[in-house]
Amino acid sequence: MKSFNHTIKDQLGIHARPAGLLVKEANKFASGITITKGEKKVDAKKIFAVMSLAAKHGDIVTLCAEGDDEDDAIAALQMFMDGNL
Amino acid sequence: MITLKGTAVFGGIAFGKIAYFKRKQGQVKRSRVEDSGLEIARFEAAKAAAIGQLKELHDKARGEVGEAHAMIFEVHQMMLDDGDYIDSVVNIVTSQQVNAEYAVAVTADNFAAMFAAMDDEYMKERAADVKDISERVIGILSGAEQGGISFDAPVILAAEDLAPSETVTLDKDKILSFITMGGSVNSHTAILARMMNIPAIVGLGDALGEHLDGKDAIVDGFNGSVYINPDAQTLAQMKEKAEADAEKKRLLEQLKGKENVTLDGRTIDIFANIGNVADTAAALQNDAGGIGLFRSEFLYLQTRDYPTEEEQFQAYKTVAETMAGKKVVIRTLDIGADKQIGYFNLPVEENPALGFRAIRICLERPEIFKTQLRALYRASAFGNIAIMFPMIISVEEVIDIKKIIAEVHSELDAANVPYSKDVECGIMIETPASVMISDLLAKEVDFFSVGTNDLTQYTLALDRQNPQLERFHNAHHTAILRMIQMAADNAHKEGKWIGICGELAADLELTETFLKMGIDELSVSPPYVLPLREKVRSIGAAKPK
Repeated sequence: MKSFNHTIKDQLGIHARPAGLLVKEANKFASGITITKGEKKVDAKKIFAVMSLAAKHGDIVTLCAEGDDEDDAIAALQMFMDGNL
Repeated sequence: MITLKGTAVFGGIAFGKIAYFKRKQGQVKRSRVEDSGLEIARFEAAKAAAIGQLKELHDKARGEVGEAHAMIFEVHQMMLDDGDYIDSVVNIVTSQQVNAEYAVAVTADNFAAMFAAMDDEYMKERAADVKDISERVIGILSGAEQGGISFDAPVILAAEDLAPSETVTLDKDKILSFITMGGSVNSHTAILARMMNIPAIVGLGDALGEHLDGKDAIVDGFNGSVYINPDAQTLAQMKEKAEADAEKKRLLEQLKGKENVTLDGRTIDIFANIGNVADTAAALQNDAGGIGLFRSEFLYLQTRDYPTEEEQFQAYKTVAETMAGKKVVIRTLDIGADKQIGYFNLPVEENPALGFRAIRICLERPEIFKTQLRALYRASAFGNIAIMFPMIISVEEVIDIKKIIAEVHSELDAANVPYSKDVECGIMIETPASVMISDLLAKEVDFFSVGTNDLTQYTLALDRQNPQLERFHNAHHTAILRMIQMAADNAHKEGKWIGICGELAADLELTETFLKMGIDELSVSPPYVLPLREKVRSIGAAKPK
């Protein structure tokens, strides 16, 4: 299992558009991928779940991948989060 | 006359008749079904058809409003394909043995309620998205027409709120303005209005309603007012306001792409001042020739801790790339005095205007300064960046800055990071000291830019934030004009250029004076670019003496 923490830099937080992009990115991988904010942990491949986190600017979220392609998934997600959120 | 008040989301004045849009609401009936497998198959088919329609809307919207705003329809497709959403519908159908329409409606209500309960204004708005996609599926299931909205003559479109799928099917030529009961500055109606450049007001509340259908109205998108059955006085006022607005647009039409040249052939650069990355759009819309002052403070003001090199790099790079080769003058951190930031832990000062601020902080805390310079030089590989240092009072400061720049260069070289070797480095002329030694400073830097606000305050010894001093304040004081003249002469003796980026640059009464002084560039906030261009083009004799 691989994971990393990320502080949301986007002023609006994980709003609809980046949530969509994140779900799209997560679905490229076979590994199970979760995103956690505080005590709430959700499936990063489901858009309603990701939006329900209501992650805001300054919040710290943890992305976690588990499966055969977890290394690739984490690398790609790290790049995605740095570039978009 | 009745006046309604709401939140203005886009400026402009519209005169016309109100057309109230009422959504066809098919009541969803709950009915028992025997074969839940068949219902699920119906749902799957309707969902696939809905996704197909959304794909088409996505393509249409992409052409009309651009990919960034069209993305919502892709998000809608993902919502319909969301595992939790599908599970909920399937579960309701099988466990309650009910029709698919009902299961979708209940699911929509549940998901919308989840968003509506969120402690976040933006997320609350997303309840509308859930309802929008669900109504589409229900519409397909029940065979109802997804009617677009169309009118014979242009109207002021009023509605409770408009769903994205409704706004995109609108006949845009027939809409003068949007006014809605609900919605916020984040709603799709607001976004669309901004894209279409038409006045819009949201959040008008219950005062707006079907009873106003067909009434004459005026929408003032500048202050958020809607006047129903306007009286003669209001009509006259609004006409005047609309004419002023039209005049602005006329300037834009006439002057876009034109040179900033006087009748006797003297040209001057007119650049824009910006305070964040988003302002770049306004600079381009108003046809600025470059960015004459990009205040970098926003990067520091919007964070709770020092912004990283990467964050800064992205911001500078975006602006440099967007301006596509046009000059972008970025001013290094200028805080202290009236701009305070908590995490800098700056001491409280008796006299902050004369205190620890701007370049003084940067030279005392070189680690903060170096992070910014590294980000600036890295971004210089992506466009035409120039760097400007504020609050300079001595040649020694410039020498110290150059030493730090040399260190940054060798670090970047060692790490094989590309950067431009031709980055111009200039200084703000905003202290009387810098003017008095401008002959010496001009030998050390590539350009000057006059910050007239601080230069005025320091030269006249007048606190610009003290309203009591109003009567003593004279923006056109001979002392200031002589100072600018002196700095300009000294810059030109060394073959360097000089600009003005303070408020005075936009003062049309001084444009001719500045041209005669030999000022090479004026940088003003984006809306002033074209009026200034018009002024320059009307001046007869402006060759420097």
